[in-house]
Amino acid sequence: MGVLDELTTKAGGEDAVGGVPARLVAAPRDTTEAAALISAAQGLSVVIRGGGTKLDWGVPPRELDLIIDTRRLTGVVEHAAGDLITVVRAGTPMAELHDLPGQQLALDAPPAATAGGTVAANASGPRRLRYGTARDLLIGITVVRPDGTITKAGGKVVKNVAGYDLGKLYTGAFGTLGLITECVFRLHPVPAAAIFVRATAPPGHAARVLAGQFAASACEVNAAPGAEPELAVLLEGTPAGVRERAAAVAELLDGEVSGTAPEWWDVLPWPDGGVGIKLTGRLSQVPALVATAVGAGATVRGSAGAGVLYAGFPPDGEGADAVVEAGRAVELLRAAAVRACGHAVVLTAPDGVRDTLDMWGPVPGLELMRRVKDQFDPHYRFAPGRFVGGI
Amino acid sequence: MTGIDALAARLRAAIGSRRVLTDRQQLRTYECDGLAHYKVIPALVALPGTAEQVAAVVRECAAAGVPFVARGSGTGLSGGALPHADGVLIVTSQLREILDVRPEDERAVVQPGVINLQVTKAATPHGYYYAPDPSSQQICSIGGNVAENSGGAHCLKYGFTTNHVTGLEVVTPDGDLVRLGGPAPDTPGYDLLGAFVGSEGTLGVATEVTVKLTRLPETVRTLLAAFGSTDQAGAATSAIIAAGVVPAAIEMMDALAIEAAEAAVRCGYPAGAGAVLIVELDGPAAEVDAQFDEVSALCAAHGAFETRIAADDTERALIWRGRKSAFAAVGRISPDYIVQDGVIPRTALPEVLRRIGEVAAEHGVRVANVFHAGDGNLHPLVLFDDTVPGQADRAETVSGAILDLCIEHGGSITGEHGVGVDKARYMPRMFSDADLDTMQLVRCAFDPDGIANPGKVFPTPRLCGERPGRRQGAHPLHEQDVAEVF
Repeated sequence: MGVLDELTTKAGGEDAVGGVPARLVAAPRDTTEAAALISAAQGLSVVIRGGGTKLDWGVPPRELDLIIDTRRLTGVVEHAAGDLITVVRAGTPMAELHDLPGQQLALDAPPAATAGGTVAANASGPRRLRYGTARDLLIGITVVRPDGTITKAGGKVVKNVAGYDLGKLYTGAFGTLGLITECVFRLHPVPAAAIFVRATAPPGHAARVLAGQFAASACEVNAAPGAEPELAVLLEGTPAGVRERAAAVAELLDGEVSGTAPEWWDVLPWPDGGVGIKLTGRLSQVPALVATAVGAGATVRGSAGAGVLYAGFPPDGEGADAVVEAGRAVELLRAAAVRACGHAVVLTAPDGVRDTLDMWGPVPGLELMRRVKDQFDPHYRFAPGRFVGGI
Repeated sequence: MTGIDALAARLRAAIGSRRVLTDRQQLRTYECDGLAHYKVIPALVALPGTAEQVAAVVRECAAAGVPFVARGSGTGLSGGALPHADGVLIVTSQLREILDVRPEDERAVVQPGVINLQVTKAATPHGYYYAPDPSSQQICSIGGNVAENSGGAHCLKYGFTTNHVTGLEVVTPDGDLVRLGGPAPDTPGYDLLGAFVGSEGTLGVATEVTVKLTRLPETVRTLLAAFGSTDQAGAATSAIIAAGVVPAAIEMMDALAIEAAEAAVRCGYPAGAGAVLIVELDGPAAEVDAQFDEVSALCAAHGAFETRIAADDTERALIWRGRKSAFAAVGRISPDYIVQDGVIPRTALPEVLRRIGEVAAEHGVRVANVFHAGDGNLHPLVLFDDTVPGQADRAETVSGAILDLCIEHGGSITGEHGVGVDKARYMPRMFSDADLDTMQLVRCAFDPDGIANPGKVFPTPRLCGERPGRRQGAHPLHEQDVAEVF
């Protein structure tokens, strides 16, 4: 029996990505075993699966032989509290990292999402305003390249300029450059106090919060057709300081101070089977982006303070109508994003609709990206076709 | 006509004669950057005035197979902008316009030759500033900051250049103008911007930089605490971090560094201190006040025998003057010195400082320590007298041993000065062949012919297309005299 037979099992009915069924599944236990597996899997097309919370994001793979599942690559290898860093295996659920003793990985993600998957999908949430995103919090990484080579970049210290910062290259690469097996993250102390201010207010009022001296950790907008738009602001810090700032923000927005987040906080605004679009733009263009998306019938949520929004459309009819509707909405939002100097990326859409859409849209620097892919994965075996420009 | 003469003629035609220097005396001006003991006179210097002219110069270099090196203000401390003897030095000092300041978008767009501090000066009237603040911020350029991923005293809280650049226009080594990122975050596709920042000029030349502007804090409070020893000051630093406080900066100086600073700028630090800590907190007033009391108490609890609090900007400037002058001040107490730049996990500080002291004593060399204690970024200053035979070598040995200590403790060989030409030989101590090969994959994607700043960062360039991990004997590029080993 070869290594491949030893390390893989036959795929089941649930082992599919974007409707494309896999032939084999493997769940390596550590980096070494993952490297042996990938070395043995030369010639096979591969998609990596973490918690599966975003497996329906991106274009379905052109072909799929093997799903590499990270469910056994789990565990916190090291939590150096005094250094505010942690080393974790890629399959570790984010729930474990949101709740380290006295400290946290300040990266919003569903509890079932994995560390590696969150990095690969470049997922982020409301608190990116204060803490940044995976690219800012990831300080070291171990990756098995498509040719089976184990490689590391970065390290275990936050301040480090030795060599290329390849952690950023793997972040948001959707598994097209290899399998992430281990991540080193910068941690933050859990704040002593956290309070929300909730207000019914137009998205444009977020600018007042940003221009003030409130040091908000998040500033989120929620808007939908036929409903009053809302803002919610998260303030973190010392109990007294937070109370004082929250009162000031509440007065500014004519809102209310609350110990809890609104129910829409950090919830992507589309149900299963809906269309989900990520919209980015200049901060000053956030109100225009929200208006266009709501005008097109979308529910819009996201970080007014960072210029990153999510627009969701519910599942809408069947067949040709849905295709036409989705196509029209994407066109409209993409034009608005271009006016805002940003991008509109379709993260997810129902089978049948997805195939008719240009999910990633135009991407600057695509030629260089192809050259990078050519170097890492010359036969385009890892997540083939799932990324920008057919990469 | 030699190859370089022919190239000079083509460059003159492309960007104008006054923008091309070939006179040896003029070229000599550019023979080194901030790391002055490496000197190479470039074959010629180009001073392009537009991004298109940079692209034209690079295209000519690519066509002729001639290497190029980009240079900003030349303040780098790792020899990253050291010229290539047979290459073109592209100086960005003529590209120094601030193109756009948009506080409503929290962005500014600048040319690469713009001085770091000028960005802050342009943004301050709007209530914003540019957060990365390398010590050389009055003279260093944004393009150089992008190449080196520059940090500064305040990156403990605010991060480095890479966290504050959202868009770049770059000239790739084949002479194409390409945009990476933009004013909005999360541009789809590979984060090539993230790979480019800190690539030390080996992936191309930045010709336009979009940076984040940060809201000026409501309050800044600065404290100077004097301790009997670096151990005490290190313990206080750990206690501050453990308490959940993230100061804007925590800086430490040891007795020898204090002595030098006193001699140079009479900063009036407490007499008899074995170490001082400078702690700065910024943010909303109520937060800062509460945390400031906590920091003061923690310093006292860990043996601070005197604590001074800056009452105003003048007193703050005085506290910082000693710290910021420290490197230059060391010249007062030693004719020569090496500025080292290494990183350790913060918790290893007392142990590593002790070991540095032992290594220094063993070799009969003095080491002054000035560093960013909050993030474990050491800047040991290894003092020597070049006129005394053997001292320079001993200093070099101690300096290298300090890097080994950093690696041994899970740290890095450079926190902010870069690898450049100076530390390329240390890269294999921190990274495996496979790790370095993987970086070369990116290099090969951008620069298959290896003409962008060759000889920097990587100890042994791999021929693009060569199979990784099969190197034996001399590298073909060395045999052909195409590549150099430092």
